[in-house]
Amino acid sequence: MAEEMRIVLRNYGKIDPLKIDDYIAQGGYKALEKARSMDRETLIEEVKKSKLRGRGGAGFNCGQKWSFAYQAQADQKYVVCNADEGEPGTYKDRLIMENDPHTLIEGMAICAYAIGATKGYIYCRGEYPHLVGILNTAISQAKEKGFLKDFDIEVRSGAGAYVCGEETALIESIEGKRGEPRFKPPYPPSEGLWGKPTIVNNVETFANIPVIVEKGADWYASIGVPSYPGTKVFTLTGDINNKTFFEVPTNTTIRELIYKYGGGIPGGKKFKAVQIGGTSGAFIPEELLDTPVAFDNMAAIGATLGSGAVFVLDETRDIVDVVTRIAKFFEHESCGKCAPCREGTARMYEIMSKINSGKGTTKDIETISRLGRVMSCSCLCGLGQAAPAPVLTTIQHFKADYHAKLV
Amino acid sequence: MKGYKEIIASYANVPGGIIEAYHAIQKEFSYLPEEAILEAAKVFNLPVSEAYGVATFYSMFSVKPRGKNVIRICESAPCHVAGAAEVVAALERELGICMGESTQDGLFALEFTECVGQCQATPVITINGKPYLNVSPAKIPEILAEYK
Repeated sequence: MAEEMRIVLRNYGKIDPLKIDDYIAQGGYKALEKARSMDRETLIEEVKKSKLRGRGGAGFNCGQKWSFAYQAQADQKYVVCNADEGEPGTYKDRLIMENDPHTLIEGMAICAYAIGATKGYIYCRGEYPHLVGILNTAISQAKEKGFLKDFDIEVRSGAGAYVCGEETALIESIEGKRGEPRFKPPYPPSEGLWGKPTIVNNVETFANIPVIVEKGADWYASIGVPSYPGTKVFTLTGDINNKTFFEVPTNTTIRELIYKYGGGIPGGKKFKAVQIGGTSGAFIPEELLDTPVAFDNMAAIGATLGSGAVFVLDETRDIVDVVTRIAKFFEHESCGKCAPCREGTARMYEIMSKINSGKGTTKDIETISRLGRVMSCSCLCGLGQAAPAPVLTTIQHFKADYHAKLV
Repeated sequence: MKGYKEIIASYANVPGGIIEAYHAIQKEFSYLPEEAILEAAKVFNLPVSEAYGVATFYSMFSVKPRGKNVIRICESAPCHVAGAAEVVAALERELGICMGESTQDGLFALEFTECVGQCQATPVITINGKPYLNVSPAKIPEILAEYK
């Protein structure tokens, strides 16, 4: 069985997040110094070789992303941290920023050196106003100690829009606009913030960087599942005894997360379903619980790793009611830029409400399944493409629950 | 109380600073007055429609006057299954208003929100951004008393 292993949360509880000397005493900012002693291509090659993949949900090879921005020719490049964690049930990035803000800053500074950027932004969700002060304190301490050299970091606050977790919507928001996703390509590493090459990485991704630089790519690549190595922070919610967080290697199974780390289901009740990766994640039944949590293993069962939220439902839960609530979420959070998502999420919520209130027919299940399939391939961004997943996977795995509610 | 002109002026040189300016205005006024949006359009050199578009896009901004203390109740799935509906009912009862409304005395506004990232202790509400964890209907009067 995989044991808990702390990489991104390595300093959790060990340091005072507002004291840079505590971070330095744990070896902090040594990796940045080491990175600057390497030439840029070797550094990027090392990150590539570690096989670190983005922890925000898309799972793209981090070093490869950096190499695109490195190769791009421009008078200005940007490093942006996506700290807009809006996936319901997720609070891992808050844990990192609250407890160890310097690991994020060090990771960003290493990226800035690698791609040749002098300006960075941390886009922090509006629901975390207390983090702005912590981050600004940490940034000015790092500046004062001379670690950041010519690299400046500014903290920007979101204002309550789930779609801004999508990197191009986030970029629009930093530019002071409505957070609507852009058409891609061009991708941000070639044309991002204000049209300049931009790396957008998640908080957890950046927090891995100093350790990879310090201990080497081979060490990192040997942890967990080879195609998605390293650790992942999970946050457990719903019907689970330990409503808390864990950082585990990626070869940990879903069953271990729920029963070993989560302590199982409260009140002696039986497991019904688990939704992983946030509110756009698939609902997973009992028979698939032995799947490792790594990206490709999850994809193979039609699920996603996403943000690492683990939302457990016991046998007494009305899954159709929960999915109706989720459909309402997407109807509310759709930005309205593309028709398949704007109209699709509204119709999806409408049909789910009809089924949930006992007025649905088998025809409605057929219609909503077809709508879901169309949305997954026709929506502009990840929000609309993933929005049908909870509906489609519950129809697939928990059809009886739907049938029980039909007229 | 700082005037909105003064607040907006302090962000005039921040690229894309209109959202930061809106946050600062709301801190003072609890909402974005129409004059402030017109002023922001002027200072950031945007069509009024765009300045208004930004103000209405984000759920934390309000273009209508609302109570001074903004209570937001999470209704995302983890809070939903933890009993958020009972907390909603208790708040509506205690304040004598419905979701989306403000109290007559201008002290409180009641709003829904999606996940606020405090899911270790559901259900969660926030008041002016400060989270209250493991909220139950019984705890509501005590929590509200802090703001009266």
